[in-house]
Amino acid sequence: MILYILCLILFSIGVYCLLVKKNLVKKIVGLGIMEYALNLFFILLGYRWDSDAPIMDKNIVITSFVDPLPQALILTSIVIGLGVTALMVAIAVRVYGKYKTFNIDEIRRLRE
Amino acid sequence: MLPIFVIIPLGSAFLVPLVSRMRISLARVLSLCSGAALLFFSVKSIWWLEAGVRVYAVGGWRPPFGICMALDGFTVLMLVVVNIIGFASLLYSMDYARRYTSEGLYYTLFCLLLAGLNGVVISGDLFNLFVFLEITSIASYALVAFGVEAEELEAAFKYLVLGAVASALILLGIGMFLGAVSTLNMADISRSLPVVSPKLVLYGAALFIAGFSIKAGFVPFHAWLPDAHPSAPAPMSAMLSGVVIKTIGIYALLRVIFSIIGFNAVFSEIFIWMGILSMVIGVILAIGQWDFKRLLAYHSVSQVGYVIFGIGLGTPLGIIGGLFHLFNHSLFKSLLFLNAGSVEYATECRQLDKLDGLAEAMPVTSRTSLVASLSIAGIPPFCGFWSKLIIIIAAFQAHRYAGAVTCILVSIVTLASFLKVQKYAFIRKLKDAASGVKEVPLFMKIAMLLLALLCILVGLFFIPVLNTLIKPAAEALLAGKDYANLILGVPR
Amino acid sequence: MKEQGMSLIVKRITKITVSLIFLFGVYIVLHGHISPGGGFAGGVIIALSFVHLVLAFGKETALKRLSETAASAVESLGGLFFWGIGLLGLFAGGAFFMNVLPKGRPFDLFSSGSIILSNIAIAMKVGAGLFAIFIAMAILRIPVDEGDKQKR
Repeated sequence: MILYILCLILFSIGVYCLLVKKNLVKKIVGLGIMEYALNLFFILLGYRWDSDAPIMDKNIVITSFVDPLPQALILTSIVIGLGVTALMVAIAVRVYGKYKTFNIDEIRRLRE
Repeated sequence: MLPIFVIIPLGSAFLVPLVSRMRISLARVLSLCSGAALLFFSVKSIWWLEAGVRVYAVGGWRPPFGICMALDGFTVLMLVVVNIIGFASLLYSMDYARRYTSEGLYYTLFCLLLAGLNGVVISGDLFNLFVFLEITSIASYALVAFGVEAEELEAAFKYLVLGAVASALILLGIGMFLGAVSTLNMADISRSLPVVSPKLVLYGAALFIAGFSIKAGFVPFHAWLPDAHPSAPAPMSAMLSGVVIKTIGIYALLRVIFSIIGFNAVFSEIFIWMGILSMVIGVILAIGQWDFKRLLAYHSVSQVGYVIFGIGLGTPLGIIGGLFHLFNHSLFKSLLFLNAGSVEYATECRQLDKLDGLAEAMPVTSRTSLVASLSIAGIPPFCGFWSKLIIIIAAFQAHRYAGAVTCILVSIVTLASFLKVQKYAFIRKLKDAASGVKEVPLFMKIAMLLLALLCILVGLFFIPVLNTLIKPAAEALLAGKDYANLILGVPR
Repeated sequence: MKEQGMSLIVKRITKITVSLIFLFGVYIVLHGHISPGGGFAGGVIIALSFVHLVLAFGKETALKRLSETAASAVESLGGLFFWGIGLLGLFAGGAFFMNVLPKGRPFDLFSSGSIILSNIAIAMKVGAGLFAIFIAMAILRIPVDEGDKQKR
């Protein structure tokens, strides 16, 4: 139980970084922390007591596996996180080229 | 038969980058053909429902062991909406996208967007819905930033941040349910949910409502919408405002709340209050706007509030009104955004007070814009009048008098706002005769005329539209947790 | 022309290790149905071998091996290959993505039907895609607009 709470604390640190920090690069790091915390939460969901890794081999006798379904989901989720991070970095690089700053307080041309 | 909605756009999305290096006209033809094929199949799917709910087992693995795709009434309505607006936007892009140097990239992203939207709607599995939702979101982030000007990049970054938070909240909600019932099939979760503790269901429902509301743009989660919708290229704005916020926001939210968790009085209150807040705040913020597309984006917030208010009433008439307004709003809001794009294409200006009367110079644009403005304001006999009338009658019947009065007042203010748009953009006289403003090219005109024709036809023949499209959708939603029995068969 | 890349020791070692890294990536892809790994992990390792070339030798050498247009083409072909495997299941079997190739004995290299082909397709797409992202950011020269200062 304590593990899930630690995961959620890590997730909230990531959300804090993403929303509150002023530098664009720190926001990207915050997104990364948030993604890691979510993936870790999912993998921890699959744990079954006193079980082995879900890999079969020819000469091993296994009694119980952990749940392999969350592990397949996390592969997909990591790829999605990679795509979003790559897009975010590309947009941040272009924003720097246009606005000359990474500070989100100065990137406010749309507000007027 | 069901995966055809995902096969066609995915195939064209993978083929277009190869083809566009040879000749760009091949890429245009390919994406237009895939859009037309999707429209044809989605209209045909209205008749597939006569045999009952259709389930397709991907890979031959039957549900609940494998991933399934399901087609019920609500899915058919969303398929028709997505593919009509998708085809109209593709037609419009044939001429609009010529201004971009990397046009092949535009069509790739657009086909991926269509693939993601269709996939969200036909998916029967919760994680599959999330994967297609992410495909849609990433394609829309990239398309908002497409013309790389300063404001567009800034708007795309803000949209990305809030969209990533929303996706993370949705994934956390999926994790809550996965940990509780160890399955991802929507019908199976719905069936196994009574054994889960109600607090966990409440946490999961709260996470889902927060995540999907950010994607749909309800108040107080609407902060990204007024920046992102104006900055996108015009056909992409039409897709965003007309289809994307409804599919990944409203459709997914209703699928989870009605079919998996079950609708009760708590959700009804939440939806009604979110609806009233969205209607009022959207229209108040829209009155003072002088930027054409930003005004339309604020009106999107307001009209989406109508939809969720109508559905939150919970009565059959309310749900029919809400879903009909969803259908109508996608038609006329996309038409309005295409009109704004045409005005910007011809005059390079989006500020209403700097535009002259364009009614003589651009006849097609101004007349279709008149049709769309009258529809959104709720003037008979256009389509918007009937859906707003049904919502107001349903609100009176459900004893929500404050909500009904709010609907009427917001509708009057919407009419005032669009009269301002019509006056400043189209009806004022041209100051200098030789301004050189010409009508837009052929495909853009065809797209706008198509949508305007649909607005008029749906307004005149609203009873057949209600019976064939909206009533099966409302019945599918009202069946609620019976969805599980329809997909998996009645338990023995 | 100025000397590109890192020092001589790094270049000598890279010449030996980069092909080993590529081979390891291919091994992980092909054994995806027997041991952990599969298309995505193997594709990332293949992309990293090209990135290793860029870091050690400079981007000209790596672009001679795999240019941007070639990377984009390989990526699209990988996607089309995966789509084709799904269609093969549809036309030959009856369901989209159905496994219709011969399944063999367990723990053989050529067993479990179309999973090995899917792994190869995904590795092509992920590997070429990651390398294309890296190269796009490495060769991008940001157009610096001088007269674009924000008015206060």
